[in-house]
Amino acid sequence: MDPSDYEFLSNFLMKASGLNLGEGKAYLLESRLIPVAQSLGLSGIEELVQAVKTMPTPQLKTSIIEAMTTNETLFFRDKKPFNELADLMMPKILEAKKLQRKIRIWCAASSSGQEPYSIAMQLKECIPELSAGWNVEIVATDLDNQILAKAKEGQYTQFEVQRGLSIQMLMKYFEKNDQGWQIKPEIRNCVTWKQLNLLDSFNHLGQFDVIFCRNVLIYFDTDRKKQILDRMAPQLPKHGYLVLGGAETVLGICDSFNRAKDYRAAVYNPAHAGIGLAGTASIRK
Amino acid sequence: MVKMLLVDDSRTVRLVGRRIMDKFGFEVHEAEHGEDALKVIRDHPDIDAVLLDWNMPVMNGLDFLKALRSLPLPKQPTVMMCTTENDMDHIMLAMEAGANEYIMKPFTEDIVRDKLEVVGIL
Ligand SMILES: C[S@@+](CC[C@H](N)C(=O)[O-])C[C@H]1O[C@@H](n2cnc3c(N)ncnc32)[C@H](O)[C@@H]1O
Repeated sequence: MDPSDYEFLSNFLMKASGLNLGEGKAYLLESRLIPVAQSLGLSGIEELVQAVKTMPTPQLKTSIIEAMTTNETLFFRDKKPFNELADLMMPKILEAKKLQRKIRIWCAASSSGQEPYSIAMQLKECIPELSAGWNVEIVATDLDNQILAKAKEGQYTQFEVQRGLSIQMLMKYFEKNDQGWQIKPEIRNCVTWKQLNLLDSFNHLGQFDVIFCRNVLIYFDTDRKKQILDRMAPQLPKHGYLVLGGAETVLGICDSFNRAKDYRAAVYNPAHAGIGLAGTASIRK
Repeated sequence: MVKMLLVDDSRTVRLVGRRIMDKFGFEVHEAEHGEDALKVIRDHPDIDAVLLDWNMPVMNGLDFLKALRSLPLPKQPTVMMCTTENDMDHIMLAMEAGANEYIMKPFTEDIVRDKLEVVGIL
């Protein structure tokens, strides 16, 4: 691949989705983008770059971004965050919200839906009192419209339902059909879906008790990570929680969060609880 | 070390299964059908887990499972069915007979690992 095409695409992806490609990923660009080029009747990467330069239609940009982002996910990924949600976070949240009786959870990069659906199943299984007059809203967002459409259907292959899901949960919450397995309406209806780029503003989503932002920050460079995290802090009240992926941390990136005590998963509390001071230096240590 | 018994009449499936279990550092035993598997259990009553096919000659997986569950073992092994039977009725039948997990073939290393994690063996 021509080095100038590589540079152009790498800059384009960074600007449009925050994806930090770095160097030496020509193979990745080629394996993902040659099929996109071909589907548009173009000969290869060179013509694709030309097309973005001359006619950057939203569809063209979207198909490039969607081809480059990794959607890999599974049910109850890493287990611990879901157990700790039920065992440690929820008791605190139930106490904090006992008057409002409304709980909001945001899944900030929900991919094909396994994460928000796992949250919904976990709450159904472990916190039965929620069915008695509590209003629970799980908001799932992703950059990728195609993956959101799949998530909304709740339709999974035999392979997907065997990743992370126990057979008891499969039998209880899924129905078998000709295409595979579909999650039942009682779980599907717990989740609302929205397209959202984490680089754009998200304060219109309002406040949440828990934000799951897992295995997506890895794509961003440090500045963008910090920028996203700093904007997430004010979306959480004092008792709120931010949950990151197993290999992720806010340490050395931003001061808007403190590591939550007694958690084994990557769980954080906002440092400046809900008073709009996110981004300034932490006073609690 | 986890002691794992693979019960499948297909040599290929046992071979693939053994390769995966080797990676997890398990001690692996093999049997070609249910009766064969009961013999292995008699010789090794401390088997921790069984990966169990359904359709096999001589004694099928379900009959083996029922026989196993009635044995007075110091500790009953964890049983994961591993079969191409993938409808609710079959799954239900196996669970009622005492299976702990259920893998629908074809399986991959990821699936086996995830399922072993679900039952707490990994
Ligand atoms: C590896 S998946 C993570 C799924 C799930 N959170 C998990 O941990 O299993 C990463 C997801 O992030 C999404 N993504 C990538 N860049 C994004 C951005 N700038 N804004 C929102 N979502 C983004 C991708 O579309 C993909 O679905």
